[in-house]
Amino acid sequence: MLKFVKNHMESIAGIEIYPLISLVIFFTFFVGLFWWVFTAKKEYINKVSNIPLDH
Amino acid sequence: MEMQQFYYDNKIVKKFIYATLLWGIVGFSVGLLLAFMFLFPNLTEGISWLSFGRLRPLHTNAVIFAFVGNAIYAGVYYSLQRLLKARMASNFLSNFNFWGWQLIIVAAAITLPLGYTSSKEYAELEWPIDIMIALVWVAFGANMIWTILQRRQRHLYVAIWFYLGTFVTVAVLHIFNSLALPVSFLKSYSVYAGVQDALVQWWYGHNAVAFFLTTPFLGLMYYFVPKAANRPVYSYRLSIVHFWSLIFIYIWAGPHHLLYTALPNWAQNLGVAFSVMLIAPSWGGMINGLLTLRGAWDKVRTDPVLKFMVVAITGYGMATFEGPMLSLKNVNAIAHFSDWIIAHVHVGALAWNGFLTFGMLYWMIPRMFKTTLYSKALANFHFWIGTLGIILYALPMYVAGFVQASMWKQFNPDGSLTYGNFLETVNEIIPMYWMRAIGGTMFIIGAIVMLYNVVRTVKQGSGVEDELAEAAALTKVSKHRTSGEGYHTWLERKPVRLTLYATVAILIGGVVQIIPTLLVKSNIPTISSVKPYSPLELEGRDLYIREGCVGCHSQMVRPFRSEVERYGEYSKAGEFVYDHPFLWGSKRTGPDLHRVGQKYSDSWHLNHMYDPQSTSPGSIMPSYKWLVRGKLDKSSTEDKMKAMVSLGVPYSEEEIANAQQLMDAQGKQIEENLYQDPDFAKNYEADKKFAQENGQDFVEMKDREIVAIIAYIQRLGTDIKVKDEQQLSKK
Repeated sequence: MLKFVKNHMESIAGIEIYPLISLVIFFTFFVGLFWWVFTAKKEYINKVSNIPLDH
Repeated sequence: MEMQQFYYDNKIVKKFIYATLLWGIVGFSVGLLLAFMFLFPNLTEGISWLSFGRLRPLHTNAVIFAFVGNAIYAGVYYSLQRLLKARMASNFLSNFNFWGWQLIIVAAAITLPLGYTSSKEYAELEWPIDIMIALVWVAFGANMIWTILQRRQRHLYVAIWFYLGTFVTVAVLHIFNSLALPVSFLKSYSVYAGVQDALVQWWYGHNAVAFFLTTPFLGLMYYFVPKAANRPVYSYRLSIVHFWSLIFIYIWAGPHHLLYTALPNWAQNLGVAFSVMLIAPSWGGMINGLLTLRGAWDKVRTDPVLKFMVVAITGYGMATFEGPMLSLKNVNAIAHFSDWIIAHVHVGALAWNGFLTFGMLYWMIPRMFKTTLYSKALANFHFWIGTLGIILYALPMYVAGFVQASMWKQFNPDGSLTYGNFLETVNEIIPMYWMRAIGGTMFIIGAIVMLYNVVRTVKQGSGVEDELAEAAALTKVSKHRTSGEGYHTWLERKPVRLTLYATVAILIGGVVQIIPTLLVKSNIPTISSVKPYSPLELEGRDLYIREGCVGCHSQMVRPFRSEVERYGEYSKAGEFVYDHPFLWGSKRTGPDLHRVGQKYSDSWHLNHMYDPQSTSPGSIMPSYKWLVRGKLDKSSTEDKMKAMVSLGVPYSEEEIANAQQLMDAQGKQIEENLYQDPDFAKNYEADKKFAQENGQDFVEMKDREIVAIIAYIQRLGTDIKVKDEQQLSKK
């Protein structure tokens, strides 16, 4: 797939770095997200998920 | 801790509930009328403002923005206040939101049947209404964020993230897709042309589904399903992953609406890749919704609210499984342009949006009117007739889509098309259109029964009052408390930052796809023989837009053997560079028109528009008699051409100055061509004589609308016929 992308975008200077940057952004973001999700404290999760029932 | 007393604003919720019910019935009814037009094409014969092409956008806009829109506001205004333990920050903004939105709907209901349309799907409304939409939407968002800032509940529940994501993304999409240059009060041209317009439109169109029909409803699901089942969401952790991955990925998927078109390949492939990924967060959300009912399945047997919600979430699961499948190029090659897509969107609209709304209303209304539902039996009846209606709607449309697409592609051993006449493929699926109309009727009967049930419930209940609540104000967060707090926990206390991050997440996808297509010239190879439309053709094109021809006819021959055989050379990106807006279409109820130019005589087109069944027996196209009789309004042709010039279409000053003469000359030529048909000559002369004898005004044929539309149709796709392959300049 990348060859289609590259073909058409060669006119942009420094384009090679773009896919790398986006991959890094996505990867770190989701690693961070999963890290947080899995380490979140049980009582906190319970508290927040009960907000709708709390009135 | 000191408790503060405040009142939840229930009255605004009540208003939105009533609007949801009203516009729901209106939107469904227009849809049903359209379904019957497939069976009786001349049901509204001669009434231009009730013709299929003009009512189709009214149906989609009414269902999406009027029915679903009001349901979103009703649900958000109810749940947001309670999740934040705060009244909506501004009564003025709440009411501005309500009355402004209803005004927009009324404006749409008037302008669309009158033919004022941009022709871009789900963004048909003209620029003054677009500006109103932007203002009202910002009022909604401002009111929401202001309320969040005044909250008494520190953490923002996941539903609110979905509401915030909805607000920012719809704002961005609406603004960029609606960029247009006004010619007059109710006429404008898209600033983008051809391929670029198509990409921006489907970036918008797909994300209108994502961020207007999906994310706000997921927020509502995360609030109302736990409420109705009286247990917390199955996995709050999953809901967090669901939110971020959904908004990150959804925004990239738009180009799957343009597979095999003239859109650059890289953009198509990017769209496919992200569409396939989308199944993960979508199903994560669906599973989270369904599993919230764990241990409560016994209630689903007895409680109509939960029944509606279960079918809604199941419909969401089906539609979001089907979506990625439809994005695969081999599946898309069959499904695209066919009734399969109609089935797909109606599973989403009728089941997911419709049933979740119904479930939510059945839950909210008795509580707000402090009573019980008037009749549970009627609600159950609504559930069953609605569910059967959805099935009877969707299944025949799947069959119809598959049958028709297979017939389009069927070849004889000698290499000719088995069903060379498009009408054979239409007539084959008429029974399916009948079943669809019956399914739709059942769904509407259910909605009317609900209306009756609601009216009786409201009558037996007491008046809606603002509800007293109390909660402690938030205290300042001390350093001590936050030590050891996770990053996301911190983020959930910071609504403004959360909104900003969500905006960044949705912008990345749009920027990566759209900017290169707009800026990189090599994406759209130019074709030197492609020239701007003549003034008369331009006027004809505007009539094509006014009548909504694009609702049934595509202008995009895909590079398949079956399509090249049926229609002619496949469409090239360079052929659309002067098309503001693009008119590729998304459905082929009739045949593709991109190569129809010069295929039939002028008089064939006139007869076909006047009485389609006379030239094409069995056709389900309605007649367009008003085009044949009506006088063409040439008063703003020069302004239109000037607008085109500022958008980059190379009309010379001389051409603009001579526009009237050019139109006259081309109109005369077409009139002469029509005279070659002896029947025409006889009838036309007789009409003229009759008018003269009776002192009536008579419009010369060359000045009529039909001549302009014939000029446009005869031009379609002919520019590349004067070339040979070498002229296709490769970058």
